[in-house]
Amino acid sequence: MHSKKAISNTAKSCLDRIGAINEKLNAIIYIDKDKVRRSAEEKPSGIPVTIKDNICVKDEPTTCASKILENFKPPYDATVIKKLKDAGFILMGKANMDEFAFGSSCETSCYGPTRNPWDTKRIPGGSSGGSACAVASGEVPMALGSDTGGSIRQPAALSGIVGMKPTYGRVSRYGLIAFASSLDQIGPLAGNVRDAAVLLNAISGYDELDSTSRDVACPDFTKSLENDVRKIKIGVPREYFPEKGLDGEVKGAILESKDILQDLGVELIDIGLPHTEYALSCYYIIAPAEASSNLARFDGDQYGLRKDAKNMIDMHLKTRTAGFGDEAKRRILLGTYSLSSGYYEAYYLKAMKVRTKIKNDFLEAFKKCDVILTPTTPAPAFKIGEKINDPLGMYLSDIFTIPANLAGIPGISIPCGFTKKGLPIGLQLLGKPFDEETLFRVAYAFEQNTEFHKRKPNI
Amino acid sequence: MPDTNPIDKKTVEHVARLARINLSAQEIGLYKKQLADILEYINKLNKVDVKNTLPTSHPMGKIKNVFRKDSAKKSLPVEDVLRNAPNKKDSLFVVPKIIG
Repeated sequence: MHSKKAISNTAKSCLDRIGAINEKLNAIIYIDKDKVRRSAEEKPSGIPVTIKDNICVKDEPTTCASKILENFKPPYDATVIKKLKDAGFILMGKANMDEFAFGSSCETSCYGPTRNPWDTKRIPGGSSGGSACAVASGEVPMALGSDTGGSIRQPAALSGIVGMKPTYGRVSRYGLIAFASSLDQIGPLAGNVRDAAVLLNAISGYDELDSTSRDVACPDFTKSLENDVRKIKIGVPREYFPEKGLDGEVKGAILESKDILQDLGVELIDIGLPHTEYALSCYYIIAPAEASSNLARFDGDQYGLRKDAKNMIDMHLKTRTAGFGDEAKRRILLGTYSLSSGYYEAYYLKAMKVRTKIKNDFLEAFKKCDVILTPTTPAPAFKIGEKINDPLGMYLSDIFTIPANLAGIPGISIPCGFTKKGLPIGLQLLGKPFDEETLFRVAYAFEQNTEFHKRKPNI
Repeated sequence: MPDTNPIDKKTVEHVARLARINLSAQEIGLYKKQLADILEYINKLNKVDVKNTLPTSHPMGKIKNVFRKDSAKKSLPVEDVLRNAPNKKDSLFVVPKIIG
């Protein structure tokens, strides 16, 4: 077990590590080293944590890795940041990400791609790729990310670490720059299950500044870390093990993980989630629709980039054209299209109805089991550049993580194996709404009885 | 949902205008194809029977409107709010003319 003290002494060693390897990886895109040194002296037992660049930190650049927010420094802290500061954490700069969290590879950042520490020719996953890489490479022990369709769990899987998307409403979104407001959730990425629980403890809770945060009790998640999973029922959905579209080595590792858990005493149950195949389509209507609306605020009026023009409309056009990257434009166009007159019912309304079916599938399944076990991703990390001109192929890499966002349920990804080439594989566990505790318990028991989380990249 | 994708050059231009984004001729061609591919995949949803299904706009369905108490609170100082402004005068944001 990490004592608080054991982690705390590393704020300065984190700086050394960042200095030595960050140039190669591009995980952290902003850090004020003097400020870190000062906080480390003020808070000698503070735990270092890096923040995804779409979470507002007062007076530090918060850009969503987009040119349109270059030089933007928020005048306030996100609620999660306020909580971390109050709890004595040491903020270790901002982590790279796909622009506005639009992506699965961390390649669409205006600061250039982040690299996977296990193979620097490959992507670390995304969109919280900088957060995942910073943790996996040992720059920091933990980081905050955000998850709209898998953006915490997918990079955690591809980088060989732990990542949790909490239940929608568990963590305040105040100060998280919105992508898709009905799907977004902030969560922890960490090197082990205990650290993820410690970080979730610090950021959870109702916040009157976010009316979608839920006023429910916040348990101490570290109390769930028991090496005992007997009598827990784990559902294995057949739809997540398709004949095509699931890498053989990934499938092998997931099936082995299932056996490991069975040996530890869980009861395995075959379940069906019949609307799984529609989740990706449903998501790629709802998420871009919400994004196109949320990103309407970036127009050059009040903050961020402004390209001057004689009238307002031309100023907005020039600013947005210069400020947004290709994927952001693609999603804004897709979302604007599906919300536009004549298409709203055919696309957006239909997708919201299918969303009900997907959510009901989960609620039905959770009558029979406590936890659902699936692969986190259909394949290990791909090469940088491999899918950048194939948006649909890129979108498919989130096929197993998206359903949890549509249903609002919590999910965790933990290391469960390696390919022959040495690339990490992630196991996803999904839970009932507001039952992160059972997820932590199963994840912890799995971790205590395996060695995968101990393997570190040679960087 | 339409079975054929009505994405043509004019539609892309119209949507881009609505979204306040200028596209080059090359970009229009590229997005036309990519959006058509994505919409073709999305048309899968036509297979789901949703006749008697209510829409979910939000995962926590039971939340009703949430209002804060109507009481005065400290807000951010004007100079902090204006610090990121591309152009400002006194306590105001300055933007180009809207009319004229």
